[in-house]
Order: sequence, then C-alpha cells, then structure tokens
Amino acid sequence: MTGAIWNLLLALAWVVLSGNFSGLNLVMGLVLGYITMVLIEHQVESLAGYPARVPRILRFIGFFISELVLANLKVAYDILTPPWHMKPGVIALPLEARTELEITLVANLISLTPGTLSLDVSDDRKVLYIHAMFLDDEEELRRNLKEMECRALELFR
Amino acid sequence: MAVVILISQVLMSLALVLAFVRVVRGPSLPDRVVALELFSSIVVGLVGLYAIQTDVSVFIDAAIVIALMGFLTAIGFARFLERGGPRDD
Amino acid sequence: MIEFVKGAFMLTGASLMLLASLGLLRMPDLLTRMHATTKASALGVILIMLAVALHFGEVAVVARAVAIIIFVVMTAPIAAHVIGRAGYFVGSKLWSGTVKDELKPNYDPFTHELKSGMEAQANVERRPQQHDLD
Repeated sequence: MTGAIWNLLLALAWVVLSGNFSGLNLVMGLVLGYITMVLIEHQVESLAGYPARVPRILRFIGFFISELVLANLKVAYDILTPPWHMKPGVIALPLEARTELEITLVANLISLTPGTLSLDVSDDRKVLYIHAMFLDDEEELRRNLKEMECRALELFR
Repeated sequence: MAVVILISQVLMSLALVLAFVRVVRGPSLPDRVVALELFSSIVVGLVGLYAIQTDVSVFIDAAIVIALMGFLTAIGFARFLERGGPRDD
Repeated sequence: MIEFVKGAFMLTGASLMLLASLGLLRMPDLLTRMHATTKASALGVILIMLAVALHFGEVAVVARAVAIIIFVVMTAPIAAHVIGRAGYFVGSKLWSGTVKDELKPNYDPFTHELKSGMEAQANVERRPQQHDLD
C-alpha cells in the first residue's frame, strides 16, 4: 500500500515538474516512478514486494478480461439459439479465502465471469454457493474456478 | 459516424422495449427488479451515446448519477424482499 | 483509426445490451435471467464508456468515464449477488431443467441458517469462532 502511494506521489511530482498536465504524461510518470522503485527496492525496507506485485496484478487483469470475453460469447450463443444447451444448477465450492476482503473479492470475480453467479456464503465462511449455467462437466468447472481463486489470492499473499 | 450512432441507438431502444415486456410480464417481484436494473444500465449507455452525438461532455455526469441510483435501488429492493416482502420459502 | 475503434465499441456495446434484454426475455427462471443481464449489460456500459473516453479525449471526461467503468465493475456483481440471493430465498422456482441444487438441503428456512455441509470436519478441529460470542 505504501508502495502504491509513493508511486502515485512520484508520478504527480513528474507531472508538476514537467508542466504538462495530460493523462498520457501521468502514465509516463507512473512508469518512471515504478522504474525508480524497482531500482531502490533493496535499500528501502517498506517497499519490499511492491515491484513484484504490480506485474502480477496487470497479468491478472489481462487474464480476467480474456476470461470475461470468452465466457460472454458462450452465454450469448446459448441465448441466441432456440434449444437450451445449458444445464443450470447450484454447486457448493469450498473456499480457500479466509478474510472478509478475500471472500468478497473472490465472490465478485466469480459473479463477473458469465456462466457463474455467487449466491451466498455459508454461515461459517467455508463454502461459497454458486449458481452455474453449464454443468455439463462439473469437474472442469470446479477446476477453472479454483484456478481463478488461486490467481486472485496470489495478489494478497 | 452518425449512422453508427443511429444504429446503436435503435438497438438500445429495442433492448429497452424488450426489458419493458419483462417488467410487465415478470411472474414475480425479483424478475421485475432485474429488468429495472437492466433498464438503468441501458439508460446509462444511451446517455453516453447522446453525449457523443451532441458533443456535450456534461451529460456524463448524468450517467454517473443514473448508475449510482440503479445500484442503490437494487440494494434497496433486495433488502425489502429479504426483510418484509411476501415470502413462500 | 480512432473513429473506427469508437464505432466498433459503440456497436458492440449496443448489441450486448440487446443480447442482455433478449436473454432477460427468453431465459426460463430468475437466476438464469440474471446470468444473461448482469454481465452482458455491464460489459456493454464499459464499452460505451470507452467509446466516450476516446471521443472526447480530455482529462476531465476520461477521468469520469473511467470512474463509471470502475463503479460498474465494482457494483454489478454485488447487485447481482444481492438480488439473486433475495430471489432464491424468497422462493422463486428454479427451472425444471436444473440438474442439481446443493444449497437447498443446507438451508434452514425457519432460522435462516446456512450450513456448509462440512460441520463434521469443523467439529473435529473445533476452534472458538466469532459468532460463538453472540
């Protein structure tokens, strides 16, 4: 968190000093600030781990967007063709996530990918109930959801 | 460009009509709430298109307000359903 | 080039919204309807706001468009979860083609308690939990 704040401050300093108040220049400042922080990571303790985390977050966003588009196409196909190919059902997915923030994030990500919708968390926070649209291959669906959860949790740990 | 905007507006108006059919028919209250939420996001899109069409950027503020209201109504309806609505579970 | 991308974004966004409302009309029960509407319409709003950002290209407008996108990405799943949950527990019927429902046996409609189906294991390694206190 301190890393992100310092990165933003460095970018603002860049924008102020170069005197060009455009969005592209802010992005330039962010990139330059990030490079600076990679260089000084070994000397400043509170920054440890931040430079490694940024590419992981970017890669996760890329992975998530591709997942979103692919799954949207699948749902779109089923909406447009008259006979139903879907086999909806409610499944229980055991959660790896423990804290409230992690559970919220995982549930939101699962809700955002088309074909799955998180319904509720059990009272002891161990199982997430998911309404899935395509239960043809339940094992594979579970594996995909687990992979997404693991990738999301990597961002925190 | 004007043609593209016109086509998009026609498509989204059609979407509004279809969502309205669900509001009228919807067998239960949650179905209607879902349809109304879809309404709000279609209207956000229409406002965005209108901003592009007229080249007036202030309309985006209206889109922000509509998106906020749509979310808040969804939460409010869900609370109502869980606490006080008619239930047969 | 920018014109082309903008037009493509607008058309795709508009057709995604049409798709969402078609799904809303055709799908057989509440939860499958929500599958159709929430994600497709969220993606549609995102695409149209990207087109707006490309069209104006000023910092103030781009910032607002990005704010709408972040807001939609954050709230769409929450709204879907909240309505789906309320609809399920209020007792809307599931479609007859639903293949399995692992939630029903774990839910107690009188106490509104939702078990996880893993209590036996939890009792073996029992630790004090937060809701024991109240």
